[in-house]
Amino acid sequence: MANLTPELEKWRVKILKIAEGYGLDMFETIFELITYDQINQFASYGGFPVRYPHWRFGMEYEQLSKSYEYGLSKIYEMVVNTDPCYAYLMEGNRMVDQKLVMAHVYGHCDFFKNNQWFAPTNRKMMDAMANHATRIRRYTDRYGVDTVEDFIDKVLSLENLIDRYSPYIKKKTEKERQDEARGSEVSLLRVNRDYMDEYINPPEFVASQKQRLEDDAKRSAKFPSEPQRDILAFLMHYAPLKNWQQDIIAIIRDEAYYFAPQGMTKIMNEGWASYWHSKMMTRDILNDSEVIDFADAHSGTMAMSPGGFNPYKIGIELFRDIEERWNKGRFGKQWNECDDIHEKARWDLNLGQGREKIFEVRRNYNDVTFIDEFLTEEFCVQNKMFVYKFNRRTGQYEVDTKDFKAIKRQLLFQLTNFGQPIIQVEDANFENRGELLLTHLWEGVDMQPDYMRETLKNVAAIWGRPVNLATVQDEQPMVFRCESNGELSEHKVGEVQQGPPSETSSDES
Amino acid sequence: MGIREDHSRFKDIVRGRIKENFKKYVTQGEMIGKRENDFVKIPVPSIDLPRFKYGPKQRGGVGQGQGQAGDPLNGEPQDGSGEAGNQPGQHELEATLSMEELAEILGEELELPDIQPKGRSRIDVVKSKYSGIAPVGPEGLRHFKSSYKRALKRYISSGTYHPDEPVIIPIKQDMRYRSFKPVVQPQTNAVVIYMMDVSGSMGEEQKEIVRLESFWINTWLKKHYKGLETRFIIHDATAKEVDEKTFFSTSESGGTLISSAYKLAMEIVQADYPFDQWNIYPFHFSDGDNWSGEDTRLCMRLLHEFFLPNVNQFGYGQVESKYGSGQFAKDLEREFPNDERLVISKIETRDKILDSIKDFLGKGK
Repeated sequence: MANLTPELEKWRVKILKIAEGYGLDMFETIFELITYDQINQFASYGGFPVRYPHWRFGMEYEQLSKSYEYGLSKIYEMVVNTDPCYAYLMEGNRMVDQKLVMAHVYGHCDFFKNNQWFAPTNRKMMDAMANHATRIRRYTDRYGVDTVEDFIDKVLSLENLIDRYSPYIKKKTEKERQDEARGSEVSLLRVNRDYMDEYINPPEFVASQKQRLEDDAKRSAKFPSEPQRDILAFLMHYAPLKNWQQDIIAIIRDEAYYFAPQGMTKIMNEGWASYWHSKMMTRDILNDSEVIDFADAHSGTMAMSPGGFNPYKIGIELFRDIEERWNKGRFGKQWNECDDIHEKARWDLNLGQGREKIFEVRRNYNDVTFIDEFLTEEFCVQNKMFVYKFNRRTGQYEVDTKDFKAIKRQLLFQLTNFGQPIIQVEDANFENRGELLLTHLWEGVDMQPDYMRETLKNVAAIWGRPVNLATVQDEQPMVFRCESNGELSEHKVGEVQQGPPSETSSDES
Repeated sequence: MGIREDHSRFKDIVRGRIKENFKKYVTQGEMIGKRENDFVKIPVPSIDLPRFKYGPKQRGGVGQGQGQAGDPLNGEPQDGSGEAGNQPGQHELEATLSMEELAEILGEELELPDIQPKGRSRIDVVKSKYSGIAPVGPEGLRHFKSSYKRALKRYISSGTYHPDEPVIIPIKQDMRYRSFKPVVQPQTNAVVIYMMDVSGSMGEEQKEIVRLESFWINTWLKKHYKGLETRFIIHDATAKEVDEKTFFSTSESGGTLISSAYKLAMEIVQADYPFDQWNIYPFHFSDGDNWSGEDTRLCMRLLHEFFLPNVNQFGYGQVESKYGSGQFAKDLEREFPNDERLVISKIETRDKILDSIKDFLGKGK
């Protein structure tokens, strides 16, 4: 498959050896040399050669190719989380760029293979994606392009309504839970002599047990018995859909779960790959004439604009910071309790545990836990980080604060659930009318109203009955309602409740 | 099959050929390009499917750089979070676009027709165009790529090429040179006369809109006319000709007599730009307030008798301001219904600039 030129192939072997020498551990990685047009095409498809037909890939393609043709940006590297790993090099890039990309890609591959959050992902996704494409093409042949595409559009607008942590937790399905509940009857003690029965199982006790069971049954009559965040799965199982429609939800949900870990570890993944390309390039790979070009490319990737948040930059700096802290022993009780600034500046226990620590971090953490544990006040000061907010009075974004706690809170808020509102199915038989009740776990930020209304329409179109959404707008709890014909209405409810109890609350810092 | 199919489907949706209910999701996204030291925004359409998401204004974010609490952020914040696919390593290039390229991009995005210069104003000029490859020529015109290719072919066919040591030494027979042939190009001249109301009712935002409009209009016209001249007139109750810098920085208070500007424009044209040799494009920007009905009637007469018969196109752009009534655009519409030579465009906000440019330049005149 690989079609590298002899010189690139020579470097590939060399860089692979260097990477393995540092302890990186990859799936077999296949590099392919492709043209800019192919790379734009693959990038539009999220790295895959084949996807189901849909205009949004065409939109991606339009933007990437325009932006390349006008000379505004170009794609350096792309790598796909599969086994074997596929990575693409662009024809016509400079040699130094190709080397940089290979080093960077090996960093990603190591991360894909070893980070625990990637463990449940399907490593044969190339095949799965191709199968999805075949299935959807079959549906378009049978039911018409417009019908199928309209349905895909609706599902795509709910694409983010999955439960990102569910692949890591084994939960009972709704059906298993019901089976369990049904199995229980009032268990009576065994009685050998009939006349003793009244004394061993007194009628009052039996009656109270029966009552308890009935209560349980009543409680579990609420459906779903506990709120569900995987709204796509819920709709797939319980909405009145045709088989092909169910299958399309299954496909889009599958792909969303496949991409989810990459969103959950973006800072770490890019940081890790950048850490390694930088280390390998500067120590082992570059020749003298390439240093300037490398520095230029590297700094371009790491650049951070005031309003922008560059995961490459924060990631690489945090990994370097962790390595230094564990090399010098700047952690633990003694370090935390030391408040002598001079002593802290000189602190060096010569532990040399840095390298080991960052490998451990790359195995066990995701972006939320990574930031939560390793972002330090010193780091924020050094990197001149701040929180910005929109000022209604001046009508522009302004630097709000440089306070460490605020920065951390803001970052964690942005990362939890990818900075998207958490919405769950509360009741599928709301007010006993077969209506759906969704609740938004409001954490101080409102949803964008126009988007919310349109999305609600899409949920209602799939559910087939009216859908209600409880949320908060401008500090006022509201219920938005969409009839099955797409008609929208809204009404206020009682008083503002305090922030909901939620394990994902971002105020834990 | 594949991306071409998806691409053309996307374009069809944007153009409104299919899925008309999607029109509301089509947004004019932008790509940022750089020209000299200015960033210019290049429109790219995109379709934003609705989803449950936070409103951006309340959300805020984390940034990095100099600045104290209360300092404004330079530039709009970018969405740092978001769903990462196989996040390709994309690199923003510090590309500098030429005027030519910008115009190409603009024309393509807005689907502007090429301008047809007025027939009698052509002067033909003979130019040399380098388009061919020849086996002889001066060293300065050596065509590296085809020389290299020929040398490489020779090496491979003679079996002396070693991939491990890919050294190619060209000999005389390999060398190729660029060659030219004469082409006849029509040379056309054009002048743009910008007129702007600078009376008290025009604020900073309104002027910024005019500045952006004129930038794009110039860019587009320059693509079509080699010799493009621009003249600037500001007016309140009286009009005067100024340079470009003054044009965008002057603020006057006082009344508005639009005819004063039209008269001055007429004098400029009569003095410097004979109709038979020049393509003439007057553009007038105002918030639509004029002092008196009588003055408006005078303007209409000037348009009738002088401008419309002689210019390529007369553009009137009306920006919305707090104080302007917008009456002038209504008067024009009533006076010249369906007149091809007069284009009236209303520019309510910055977002409407592109639509308005399309109004002005979409006729190919």
